[in-house]
Amino acid sequence: MTEPLVTLDQLTVAFDGRPIVDRVSLTLHRGDIITVIGPNGAGKTTLIKAILGIQKVTSGSVTLADRLTVGYVPQHLNLETTLPLSVQRFMSLSGRSLQECQAALDKTGVGHLMGASIHHLSGGERQRLLLARALARKPDFLVLDEPAQGVDINGQAALYDLIRQLRDDLHCGVIMISHDLHLVMAATDKVICLNQHVCCSGYPADISHDPAFIETFGQPVADSLAVYHHHHNHHHDLHGDVVDAGRHPDHKECGHAHH
Amino acid sequence: MPIIDAVLDDFFWRALIGGLGVALVAGPLGCFVVWRRMAYFGDTLAHSALLGIALSFLISVPLNVGVIITCVVLAIALVLFSRSRTLATDTLLGILAHSALAIGLVTLSFMPDVRVDLTGLLFGDLLAMSRNDLLWIYGGAAVILVLLATLWRGLLMSTIHEELARVEGIPVERLRLVLMLMFSLVIAVAMKIVGVLLITALLIIPAATARRLAHSPEHMTLLAMVFGFVAVGGGLSLSWHLDTPAGPSVVVTAFSVFLLIYGSARPARS
Repeated sequence: MTEPLVTLDQLTVAFDGRPIVDRVSLTLHRGDIITVIGPNGAGKTTLIKAILGIQKVTSGSVTLADRLTVGYVPQHLNLETTLPLSVQRFMSLSGRSLQECQAALDKTGVGHLMGASIHHLSGGERQRLLLARALARKPDFLVLDEPAQGVDINGQAALYDLIRQLRDDLHCGVIMISHDLHLVMAATDKVICLNQHVCCSGYPADISHDPAFIETFGQPVADSLAVYHHHHNHHHDLHGDVVDAGRHPDHKECGHAHH
Repeated sequence: MPIIDAVLDDFFWRALIGGLGVALVAGPLGCFVVWRRMAYFGDTLAHSALLGIALSFLISVPLNVGVIITCVVLAIALVLFSRSRTLATDTLLGILAHSALAIGLVTLSFMPDVRVDLTGLLFGDLLAMSRNDLLWIYGGAAVILVLLATLWRGLLMSTIHEELARVEGIPVERLRLVLMLMFSLVIAVAMKIVGVLLITALLIIPAATARRLAHSPEHMTLLAMVFGFVAVGGGLSLSWHLDTPAGPSVVVTAFSVFLLIYGSARPARS
């Protein structure tokens, strides 16, 4: 087994004493794709910001492998219109050569926009540009915060295919946040359902192998929805706090019992 | 050299040469003020310059040094305060800007022995530029231009997307501090020409004018320099011929150019 790219040990981020990310542990190796799912306010973005080192960690630790090149696709690219900026200039700020930038743009399907102003791009084009920006750096570790936002349905499937293909080409590790469960499941090794703490984590295939589940819902739905049909061994109140946690003080892996 | 001496003996030429030196750095720094939405921030720093002058007299250090130190301290205080988020940033800036100005004025009034030309400090003075000031301006300009050139990619990247810059290993916080230092320096040297109250105008009007025509960040900084030259040259000439106050004349010229460009030029496509 090679050395992991990323190791989280009991990672906790708290705001005003309230944990937003609560004792999350995970490891990511080269070639892994981990998808983080969960409701709004579950701390998904906070978790990846902590991993990236742009969010202070309250306790626990984040360990990244030495000399790791990180590619980050942030949730938004909000640009000041007062700053005149072309796609080419934005790409070249990554410090990579023009050829590498062009190749990265071609890969994400926006190669023709090299000369365009960045302010005239659509939402979907911006997402592809951000992905190309991350790619140009040839990352060992790729972090994506809702990469398919604003991308049309056909484009979404293509985008997740692309992410999987990039994982193979670059042999990098990937952590992404996504709401597009139907599309993500096939491209993912491991899903983590986050609601401050890790509600459950596992491999989509394990869940979808449950015969009763497949019989009831069919394979495609099982693939995408299985992960939402796990039994919690605890409940959440409106704030997402765990109620009745005393019964199962350690609920990081709550299992996947099904009807 | 006699020619240079003859030029530098003339107060108008001293003011013009000094003013052009200020415009040289006010252009690029003004672009950062516009890009980072720091106009009010720049104003606050500039207002605190008067407090710096008062303190310089109190502890008898050169005016420029006193102004730079005061601006830097205030800039750091502002960054720290704004992190706590108990008050909105613009409220905080408003409090500090006017308090610093008021404390400066009150402190000066306690020192009757000190004769300062308050109008000159607030609105600039064509006659005030000494040879020593020219040294400060061009020394400061050289430092700022070298810093900008070496740190350009990092400064630009952290302006475009701070988190992305941070992930890519750019020392965002340190660059922010360097930018503050550069602002403090430019305020200390620009004060003589345009005055404390109008420095922000010399920073943002040429930059805003340049935006209309620019197609890249670098292009915008160069254009901002050019428009700064025009504002200083035109303004000081106006001041000399019509005996108008120097700072306001520079700002009026800058504003006229701004109106002219926005009225006539088609916006650049980026």
